[in-house]
Amino acid sequence: MICDNCGSAEAVINLTQIVDNEMKTLHLCEKCGAEKGVEGGSSMSESFPLTDFLAQMGEEGPSTSSPPRSGVTCSFCGLDFKTFREVGRLGCPHCWTTFEGHLRGLLRRIHGSTQHVGKVYLSPDPSVSEREKKLEGLRRKLKRAVDLEEFERAAEIRDEIRALEPSQ
Amino acid sequence: MSTQAGGSSKLPEPGSPGMGWLDASGEFADIVLSTRVRLARNVQGHPFGPRAMESDRTAVLNQLRGVLPRVPTLSHAEVSELGPLPPRARRLLLERRLASRELVGEKGRTPDRGMALVLSPDRPVSVMVNEEDHLRLQTLFSGLRVHEAWQILDSLDEELGRELPYAFHPEFGFLTSCPTNVGTGLRASVLLHLPALVLTKEINKVLQGLTQVGLTFRGLYGEGSEVVGNFFQLSNQTTLGKSEEDLVDHLDRIVRQVIEYETRARQVLLRDAAAVTEDKIWRAYGLLRFARSLSFEELMNLLSGVRLGASLKLLPGLRVYPLNKIMIFTQPAHLEEAAGRELSPSEGDAHRAAYVRRILASEGIVAPDEDGPDDLSSPEASG
Repeated sequence: MICDNCGSAEAVINLTQIVDNEMKTLHLCEKCGAEKGVEGGSSMSESFPLTDFLAQMGEEGPSTSSPPRSGVTCSFCGLDFKTFREVGRLGCPHCWTTFEGHLRGLLRRIHGSTQHVGKVYLSPDPSVSEREKKLEGLRRKLKRAVDLEEFERAAEIRDEIRALEPSQ
Repeated sequence: MSTQAGGSSKLPEPGSPGMGWLDASGEFADIVLSTRVRLARNVQGHPFGPRAMESDRTAVLNQLRGVLPRVPTLSHAEVSELGPLPPRARRLLLERRLASRELVGEKGRTPDRGMALVLSPDRPVSVMVNEEDHLRLQTLFSGLRVHEAWQILDSLDEELGRELPYAFHPEFGFLTSCPTNVGTGLRASVLLHLPALVLTKEINKVLQGLTQVGLTFRGLYGEGSEVVGNFFQLSNQTTLGKSEEDLVDHLDRIVRQVIEYETRARQVLLRDAAAVTEDKIWRAYGLLRFARSLSFEELMNLLSGVRLGASLKLLPGLRVYPLNKIMIFTQPAHLEEAAGRELSPSEGDAHRAAYVRRILASEGIVAPDEDGPDDLSSPEASG
């Protein structure tokens, strides 16, 4: 289908709008969709239900990263890569390091990204660099709370920051 | 033979632990039944749920029990192991949407040792223990309250993370059993009632649009469940590469847009098909008010019409809260709990109809506008 807006590129987004109480669906290409403020395209748009994901796990497929050689097993829980592809579940935290190379390709397909940008976790006994990363995350959160004028929450976050910062 | 059904209820009211989300108090509560947010977390040093041994599961549960007194949000929480509970008690937790199918044990299977539910008596939070991931922190609110739900869960997560060593990777974030949950481990979902979009046949376009903006939809009972009673559960599809705040903001923004579409579709129905719409709503109400036997599916379909009627103020005096209550308390395990015994399917249908009649009767008189259309004169008058 051709984009209703520019009439040249292929439409990949259906935008349903209501104008004068009439529902209208526009078929838009990625560029025109972005101009109308609809997120689409590469990162968030890929429909990737779990069943498809599991089905693809069983195939070799044209993957950019080569799967680990057969026989690679997790030294902590004993999961081998073949079993992971069958069940679609990792065995333990250590598996994430063991199969890291292949998982990156998979994560890009599922999430469009491999890099976590959310909360930074600080283990009960943190190192200095972990503490710094956590503080960075909290400062970002604080700025956001202030921007949104959520002052009570901002005060809570400020207390958390103070508790983590090295005493002068 | 008359069936005495749904007598005085021994069942907990929505004020009971974990049931507050039924009270129809949140924003857009007539359209949004509930908002749920959950975080998947795992503890270092143990295989994830599917590969965990009994010793791992009990170790995780014991670790959690040990730290609970130092976790303010869960300070008075009750820990229930699922295995020792009678099957009906487990199904009640499933029907109240507090525990997953996997946790309560499907098809008569008894849950493994160490599988547990931690339920706060006074906060809308609970934790599923030793499901697919070691911990699933969850919160359930009435209406559209995505940010509030996230904030209370964020606090609980901070409190627990200070006490328990979570499995965390600098690149991949919080590590989970399934790669579809890794990163933030966050799934936020909103349960929406969208009858007008279904009636105006616009729903498929809306749902298609949702998948294109990174959201996914499911039926009433989550993953793999069918759509019943025009309820759609919308949630974020990805968990990695965006911050928690961005994920919940995005869901909140899109859900408000969907609510706007639904509201406009309702206006279209009232403008272009007022008589048919009103008739459908009153018929649904009449059947629910007087039927002697109702399957759950039939009930949900009729309830959809009645909920629409209550929302459009076409059924004067009818509140949303009792309609929420009907959805939960007419499920099989709840009916059996009220009856105090097992019920055959036909007995269940009779008990269900009796419960619905009792609730609707207790709502008082829902009076139709008896005047009717202006140009409709009485046959007696015209003769």
